[in-house]
Amino acid sequence: MPAVQETVERVRQIDVDQYKYGFVTDIETEKAPQGLSEEIVRFISARKEEPEWMLEWRLDAYRRWLTMREPTWAKVDYPKINYDELYYYAAPKNFVAPKSLDDVDPELLRTYEKLGIPLREQEMLAGVEGAGSRVAVDAVFDSVSVATTFKKELAAAGVIFMPISEAIREYPELVRKYLGSVVPVTDNFFATLNSAVFSDGSFVYVPKGVRCPMELSTYFRINERNTGQFERTLIIADEGSYVSYLEGCTAPQRDENQLHAAVVELIALDNAEIKYSTVQNWYPGDVEGKGGIYNFVTKRGDCRGRKAKISWTQVETGSAITWKYPSCILRGDESQGEFYSIAISNGRQQVDSGTKMIHLGKNTTSKIISKGIAAGKSENTYRGLVSAHRKATNARNFTNCDSLLIGDQCGAHTVPYIEAKTSTAIFEHEATTSKIAEDQLFYCQQRGLSEEEAIALIVNGFVKEVLQHLPMEFAVEAQKLISISLEGSVG
Amino acid sequence: MLEIKNLHASVEDNEILKGLDLVIKPGEVHAIMGPNGSGKSTLSYVLAGKEDYEVTEGSATLDGEDLFELEADERAAKGLFLAFQYPLEIPGVATMTFLKAALNAQRRARGEGELSTPEFMKQVREKADGLGISTEMLKRALNVGFSGGEKKRNEILQMALLEPKYCILDETDSGLDIDALKIVAEGVNALRAKDRGFLVITHYQRLLDHIVPDIVHVMSKGRIVRTGGPELAHELEAKGYADYVGAAA
Repeated sequence: MPAVQETVERVRQIDVDQYKYGFVTDIETEKAPQGLSEEIVRFISARKEEPEWMLEWRLDAYRRWLTMREPTWAKVDYPKINYDELYYYAAPKNFVAPKSLDDVDPELLRTYEKLGIPLREQEMLAGVEGAGSRVAVDAVFDSVSVATTFKKELAAAGVIFMPISEAIREYPELVRKYLGSVVPVTDNFFATLNSAVFSDGSFVYVPKGVRCPMELSTYFRINERNTGQFERTLIIADEGSYVSYLEGCTAPQRDENQLHAAVVELIALDNAEIKYSTVQNWYPGDVEGKGGIYNFVTKRGDCRGRKAKISWTQVETGSAITWKYPSCILRGDESQGEFYSIAISNGRQQVDSGTKMIHLGKNTTSKIISKGIAAGKSENTYRGLVSAHRKATNARNFTNCDSLLIGDQCGAHTVPYIEAKTSTAIFEHEATTSKIAEDQLFYCQQRGLSEEEAIALIVNGFVKEVLQHLPMEFAVEAQKLISISLEGSVG
Repeated sequence: MLEIKNLHASVEDNEILKGLDLVIKPGEVHAIMGPNGSGKSTLSYVLAGKEDYEVTEGSATLDGEDLFELEADERAAKGLFLAFQYPLEIPGVATMTFLKAALNAQRRARGEGELSTPEFMKQVREKADGLGISTEMLKRALNVGFSGGEKKRNEILQMALLEPKYCILDETDSGLDIDALKIVAEGVNALRAKDRGFLVITHYQRLLDHIVPDIVHVMSKGRIVRTGGPELAHELEAKGYADYVGAAA
């Protein structure tokens, strides 16, 4: 966890006390009552000092949401969510927050230890009530250190990187132009809910011809806290620009909110490229799957310009339920979409994830490499759509989805949809399902590897092709995370 | 010393080994020959610790230590090596990566420090050269797309690198042409040492022309039924196993 360690070290270097006041007390007062209503939407908008148009946008979403139904087509099973019982803005901290680490699932703590996370950082990640470090960590980014340095460098390049709540105030014309232009307000139940109540998230704008001088990470974003539940991210790469964005963190994170419904929109104009990498490791729940996060995410990129390129890379190891299909609309001629995914499920986790590659422009190409690994009693589904519009002459897609089963109580499923409305499209689809053979394990063990080392080695071999697409530092962490995620998956 | 006493073992309630005795001292090369189904491969799996093989009676000790108290990886770290008849493929894992992981796992288990990458590379290079294994081959995924000969040479490379005390070679000659057989046999002969014991399991005498054993055993129906010198192998080659198939019935 280099990023986390760095954070903690920086926290130690400064006098934490000066950040003790103000910040937390503000949060205490910033809470809305239970349930969702127009009043709540107005409350959220007012709290964020949003302009009128933003409030109207949210209210419109809210009214439409009221008429919508929760989708049921995914292969996931969970108790009905009562939306009137949820908190939609800064839930009170003692809602379900553990009082101390003693109240936290010991399995989770064991994982923290394996990742070498310091105690105070553990408290923060576990969402322990009043964990001092959580304030300080935010404070660091609010103040002097990393963020400022980065901000200067980014500003020099003309890159805008800030919380979306700030961007709404400071760059309303940009936000207004692009927000909801890739994922429309009424796209789906969860996206509509997000549009009504989104808390915060990142906004990135990379101007024409600029190659963003560094990888942008949520870790270095100001006011990270309390954005998790209904996160909203908007990234715009103007003509000929490039940006690489990293989301998430390898340490398992707990959150007092069980339901997460994020929306991420990417827009790449002519010759622009966006690379979006995610490591998702939300709390998966205890042994019986209780208390895990429900993660219903809508991520979509629009290659709006000619020769635009959008590449999604994801490593999904956490959450009780994952419902997530990072997709590409290949609108510009000769635009390219890529999706590289590793989805690991263990215990009672349920994953329904994949992508959509929608070919609209001529000579558009897309590539899908998906590696699903199911262990324990988990269910792991790849669901993907590749479609070519009538005008998408010479659209090309290559899809490879492989599933690996560990043990005999888990399930792997592949549900590919392919639609070609032009006879010039060439779509290739390869899929395999395999099991880690007892013989393979025995072979490795005979050479001296323990069973867990053997599984980690075999799985890392299985996902290698995808790991290569992650930024170096992330890839090393992800590799470690994969090993840890699969502990106890056999025997 | 590898000492096996009155070993009985079953797979899914079928008794395959029925009271097998065998003692291999450091420096000795033993060969076990026998007809198909006599339990030769079962013996190698039971000793190496494969699951689904249940020991019902008897014992096996490696330098006095009870093998059956140890997991397969612990037995490996104690110096027991099995060269597989059918080496397994592991896609996406470079041979080099696998070799390093295995060697360091054993070193850790023995409380020795892990080898640094340059040290490790040096060792692998030296040993691979002798077996005609190229750097390109070491970069390929373990055994994936390897020819029969390449797989067996790779087994011997692992043996050379891990420097075990006792080596079991299970039908190492199967699937090899004469040239490949010679390379493999030379590799094994180079590892013969006064502190290392071998158990060479084979159906045919051919391999034993190249790896000349000190002692030859005939196995039938889960037991050793006859023991002799290298000349016994030639006798078997001439007469076949017919006598033994009937004899132990």
